[in-house]
Amino acid sequence: MGHIVIKNLRKEYIDRRHKRRSKDEPNECIGDCVLVLDNINLEFCEGEMVTILGPSGCGKSTLLRIIAGFDKPTAGSVVINGETLTGPSSDHIFVFQHNALLPWMTVQENVALGLRGMEDKEMMKEQIQEHIELVELEGFENHYPYQLSGGMQRRAELARALAVNPDTLFMDEPFTGLDFLAHMKMREEVVNMHEYFEKTILVVTHDIDDALIMGDRIVVLSGRPAHVKLSEKLDFPRPRSFVKNTELSKLRDEVYLMLGVNYAV
Amino acid sequence: MMNIINRPFFLPFIAFSLILAVWEILARYSGWSIHVFPGPMQVFISLWELIANGTLLRHTVASLFRVTVGFYLAILLGIPLGILLGRLKLVRVFLNPVIQFLRPISPLAWIPLSMLWFGIGDKPAVFLIFLASFFPLVVSTTVAVQSINPVYFHVAANFNFTRYEVVTKIVIPGMLPSVITALRITITIAWLVVVAAEMIAVKSGLGYLILDSRNALTMDYVMDGMIVIGVIGLLLDHAMMRLSRIESVFWGTRSR
Repeated sequence: MGHIVIKNLRKEYIDRRHKRRSKDEPNECIGDCVLVLDNINLEFCEGEMVTILGPSGCGKSTLLRIIAGFDKPTAGSVVINGETLTGPSSDHIFVFQHNALLPWMTVQENVALGLRGMEDKEMMKEQIQEHIELVELEGFENHYPYQLSGGMQRRAELARALAVNPDTLFMDEPFTGLDFLAHMKMREEVVNMHEYFEKTILVVTHDIDDALIMGDRIVVLSGRPAHVKLSEKLDFPRPRSFVKNTELSKLRDEVYLMLGVNYAV
Repeated sequence: MMNIINRPFFLPFIAFSLILAVWEILARYSGWSIHVFPGPMQVFISLWELIANGTLLRHTVASLFRVTVGFYLAILLGIPLGILLGRLKLVRVFLNPVIQFLRPISPLAWIPLSMLWFGIGDKPAVFLIFLASFFPLVVSTTVAVQSINPVYFHVAANFNFTRYEVVTKIVIPGMLPSVITALRITITIAWLVVVAAEMIAVKSGLGYLILDSRNALTMDYVMDGMIVIGVIGLLLDHAMMRLSRIESVFWGTRSR
């Protein structure tokens, strides 16, 4: 479960400021079309952690939103576990770029969102507690999101996502806005979660180090319109280090070059 | 010294004392007769008379009753309509122009029609208060619902919320901070209108007390009515403000 195939995916946006459509062919777009994704073909295995890199504004978030069912592709299809995707579902949970905990609910109530349907209320309580402890937020069950730090909010959101027991997790820039230590800690947490639960996780990021340290597979997209520049399996032992692993370090230099940076550290 | 100043009631107390002092000076040296411009002492003595013989309580209860009924009716109809307008584009396109057309018509302009339709008594006053509160509530609820962060609706879709759950778990809590602010403003408007309505259509209430006292040329009673209206307005506003301190609403004043 969690096997994803993306076939000939294409996405165009119509620039709303110059919206023009031909009267004869209402589906034909003659205004200022912006091609965002151009012929994307990818395949992700079950249980794989895939990191998607690309220059800013290239459409990597759009790609993730389409795979999650929040956005419709212009052409092509996304097939998850043999079924063509139709819309969002709790089998695939999206962890948003900005804090998406519901601010009017406590941590506990937020984590409970995905467990609403459970018949056995005792078991539900246990599961909520289990997931809160998993992200080390015990003692903050009855806090509201505004009472938590940025890192704690992200961890709470991760707990909420994992509590549903989804096949797939989508993370859009999960570390933006965190300070350095919170960033490192959250990254460690995601890697640990992945080793423990073996879920398919798609992470969109602009941080090359994050992508190489975390991913089982790395996908590099080009600038707009995005096409796949690189999709490579990362077979490096964990925990990974650029200093100890020269091959990883070499790959990092290549990725930097691919994204147009010549003087990589 | 700073300790006294920082006490919550100290500075407002000073402000009210200053007003009383200016009032006293004006009353004493303006040259107007005591019947035209009574000073604070007379007004407080007559206020005590009105309290003692129960007149004031009767009129206050009458006014508050009308405001309560009209205001609740406006909440009951206005907020659900606002949610519909905020969520469904078709409803918005259909109804919004009508609402924006009716909204600027002052509730006072409805007085002749409301008297004709509902006669004399509570009904026309309640109708006017309803009109005065209904439109502001509809418009603010619509805006509040529309400005809920769209990411929360994505979360709802992601966690398979039903339409009912979207309303109870996203729309209502999400709009609440702004709607409470709107309630605060609207109850003040309703309170303004009740006094105006009572001057025309009824034989009780604080508005009637003021009008009746003017006809009897007892200006001290007029001022009593004004003072009570002010005090109750202050209390109503305070009661509404307390709503926004409820914990699950507090995020709205904190995080934005």
